[in-house]
Amino acid sequence: MAIYSKEEAKQLLDKALSYSKAETCEVNISGDNSGNIRYARNSVSTAGYQNNHNMVIQSSFGNRVGVATLDEFTDEAIARSVKTSEELARLAPENSEFMPPMEQQKYLETKQYFESTAKIDPDFRAKVAASSIEPARAKGVTAAGFLNDSAQFSAMANTSGLFAYNQSTNLDFTVTMRSNDGTGSGWVTRDVNDVNLFNASEASNIAIDKALQSRNAKAIEPGKYTVIMEPAASINLIQNMFRSFNARTADEGRSFMSKEGGGTKLGEKIVDERVNLYSDPTHPLVPGAPWSGDGSAVKKMDWLKGGVVNNLFYSRFWAKEKGVEPVPFPSNGIMTGGDASLEDLIKETKKGVLVTRLWYIRTVDPQTLLYTGLTRDGTFYIENGKIKHPIKNFRFNESPIIMLNNLETLGQQVRVNGSLIPYMKIRDFTFTSLSDAV
Amino acid sequence: MKRRDFIQIAGLGAGATMLPLSMFGKSVSVEALLAPGLDVAQKKVLADVALNTAKSMGASYADARIGRYLNQFLFTREDKVQNIQNTESFGVGIRVIANGTWGFSSTIDVTPEGIKKATEIAVSIAKANSKIQKEPVVMAPVASHGEVSWKTPIIKNAIAVSVEEKADLLLKANAAAMENGANYVNSALFQVNEQKYFASTEGSYIDQDVHRIWPTITATVIDPKEGKFKSRQGLSAPMGMGYEYMDPDPKEMIEGPGGIKMFRNRYDIVADSIEAALQAKEMLSAKSVEPGKYDLVLEPNHLGLTIHESVGHPLELDRVLGYEANYAGTSFATLDKWKSGNFNYGSKLVNLVADKTQVGSLGAVGYDDEGVKCKEWDLVKEGTLVNYQAIRDQVHMIDQKESHGCCYSQSWNDVQFQRMPNVSLKAGQQKLSPAEMIKNVEKGIYIAGRGSYSIDQQRYNFQFGGTVYYEIKNGEVVGMLNDVAYQSNTQEFWNSCAAICDESDYRMFGSFFDGKGQPSQISAVSHGSATTRFNGVNVINTGRNI
Repeated sequence: MAIYSKEEAKQLLDKALSYSKAETCEVNISGDNSGNIRYARNSVSTAGYQNNHNMVIQSSFGNRVGVATLDEFTDEAIARSVKTSEELARLAPENSEFMPPMEQQKYLETKQYFESTAKIDPDFRAKVAASSIEPARAKGVTAAGFLNDSAQFSAMANTSGLFAYNQSTNLDFTVTMRSNDGTGSGWVTRDVNDVNLFNASEASNIAIDKALQSRNAKAIEPGKYTVIMEPAASINLIQNMFRSFNARTADEGRSFMSKEGGGTKLGEKIVDERVNLYSDPTHPLVPGAPWSGDGSAVKKMDWLKGGVVNNLFYSRFWAKEKGVEPVPFPSNGIMTGGDASLEDLIKETKKGVLVTRLWYIRTVDPQTLLYTGLTRDGTFYIENGKIKHPIKNFRFNESPIIMLNNLETLGQQVRVNGSLIPYMKIRDFTFTSLSDAV
Repeated sequence: MKRRDFIQIAGLGAGATMLPLSMFGKSVSVEALLAPGLDVAQKKVLADVALNTAKSMGASYADARIGRYLNQFLFTREDKVQNIQNTESFGVGIRVIANGTWGFSSTIDVTPEGIKKATEIAVSIAKANSKIQKEPVVMAPVASHGEVSWKTPIIKNAIAVSVEEKADLLLKANAAAMENGANYVNSALFQVNEQKYFASTEGSYIDQDVHRIWPTITATVIDPKEGKFKSRQGLSAPMGMGYEYMDPDPKEMIEGPGGIKMFRNRYDIVADSIEAALQAKEMLSAKSVEPGKYDLVLEPNHLGLTIHESVGHPLELDRVLGYEANYAGTSFATLDKWKSGNFNYGSKLVNLVADKTQVGSLGAVGYDDEGVKCKEWDLVKEGTLVNYQAIRDQVHMIDQKESHGCCYSQSWNDVQFQRMPNVSLKAGQQKLSPAEMIKNVEKGIYIAGRGSYSIDQQRYNFQFGGTVYYEIKNGEVVGMLNDVAYQSNTQEFWNSCAAICDESDYRMFGSFFDGKGQPSQISAVSHGSATTRFNGVNVINTGRNI
């Protein structure tokens, strides 16, 4: 299916709304074209292509809400689904947290759609696989990777006059390289909106180098170490921390953000003053959606400023309960960095551990945001400003709050998973046991 | 991890209510869930279109799966129904082998024309990919079953029970928790019905009606003065059962140490909610564990996840061979260890079996998604690694001639591949109850329910927590503990297995949304066991002051 233009989407949404007999009606449409290729053992294993489109119709009478979805956009099917949603609404229990549709909002302009990415074809995907497999074979390593590219649009309209439209393209790529003797492993991740910024060979070669350099790792004692975290390693801990920036669970007293004696940590300093975390859908390196699922406008927002909690996420319902303005969940995350390159950070480190990636991260204690997980695919010991040798993987038990309080140096930012995260040097990061896994 | 993970809205229970509808199918009315699908004769005619088209285009093998996947999910918190989702997904997936290479295509157009077109695409994909194929597909032989059917042996179809009755039960459970001191409570009920028809060029036409159910609750107690909170999850298990699982039966309730109530083939959600609230409150002032070596007494609702992670996943043959290297990882249980015939996975007491047949389990079906009749087989026998989990195109790699029958796809829309069957620890042969087991423990911890779990990409090093912990001193349970997690290595852990309770304590745990593959697919799987003792396991204290 084609990606609908703004005009085509509006026409379809207006048609759906024209059938509505409910007190309120809100209609969302979305569609995506996505292709993928998967390879392992230096050979392509699967390849796929999918296109999906979907319309979601939500009707309400008072606080009773009904939802119907459809994937066939004929007049008859749309009319029938509008009617179904109204029937379901009449039968639904009262939802005391229902918020009526919003009026028109003002949205920022963001550029997330690139024709270059939308035009990716099976040949391109096969070449990406070859860019990993061929150099891998030549260097005695085995490649396993996955590429997924997509073009998508989403649009919504309601009976209060709101209309919103967005389109985007994405490419996500990961590859794991394992040395053929099974003692070394390297990994790399890349994501872009514009395929012209993606270089599969460059990425694959980094993973190959890590695989070869991490062969025959030595065991060192678990304990507290100075670590240099690559952005792909720290992002998961930062994302997990960010999920606690929810005003409702904080107000309810069941979150890290809940304060002793009641209330929330809004306005409190929780991490090092050099930590600034914000979101901005217009950032050219990590553009994000300008509106959230309920139609709220997503704006630039400071979450941690000088280490202080500057904002919490407020749903429309919770904002009404608390008499404040709603704060939608952001569409990206940006942590400010410094000038130091990875090499600079290594050079200034007397003793430390370089971490490529963290894996299987799970909450241990939601009260303190303690997480556990393991290093993976390239862990190295640094001594006197140089990488000395690969080391066996560690299990960690650490809280991102402690981690960001133990900040030594912020390095350059890198895009990971649609967000910008800097290299970071952290002291006293807690590794609790060794793993034999490669 | 996908970018959308960053924009997932946080909050207790919110994650579940925000499950994208499109993942499960179209949103429909309850009546639509109960409407009959196509009859078997119609499905056979349509499936034959796929098989004949594939053969006429030169495919050496083809299978067609006409699937109707129904879900109903209810979500509540305190005195409110938050969301009720009814979804239906209907379509056909066609898989072929041409030039020794797999091809797959699917469509929602379940007509002779639509199926013919999708089959042509599947064959053309296979032929195109065969140019870069290095290892032609080798399929193990399979019996021709003719026209057969299978149904989960349910007593009450959960989807046919009125939404009001189910919502009322969840709200009743919530109220019971609130009356017993919970400040917040979330509950949910997941119901799944897979109506799937499989046909292949091997001569099988298999109609199956598969049911699964999973009730959940979480009670939270807060101490605003200290800024502390504790949550206690329900001790239900997801099951391959109908709504009869929700009918309490005192005979199916097991009382454990500290009076903790646990459940076998029937669940009492109201009784469990009361316990959840009371125990969450008790946790707020429970003693923090002293780190060190302890003998662990692990009950089945906890041990199931440890089995899942440390036995189920590492013995998936595709992981062992490297097909999952870029995502979930590989495995420590390499082919050379298996071939040696003496790889010591655990102590002599340890017998781990795989099966797709156990009544009431999530994995139970008559036939897998490539038409292989399901069975039980040994993975670890008296402590020694003896087999893996493999499907038709894999068993030749371990010199076997018969598929294990554990091929599965989450939908008609996704290609089937090797998925974990039920993997269970056999109960002990000697008569032994949990109470008798505890009597012999000097310094130990009893752990019930699932908790935090993390394991490395080759399944050596793991760290697990539970739902509730009780300290054992000199054969007596002396009180509740907090901040417990145990860290071990898979082989070391299973070798520390010192005693297993008998069959009377055996029950199942389950994982309802187990993920694997890229693009990721979910599956549901059970793990049975009886309460088991592991000696001298390293326990850490997870408490922190921030």
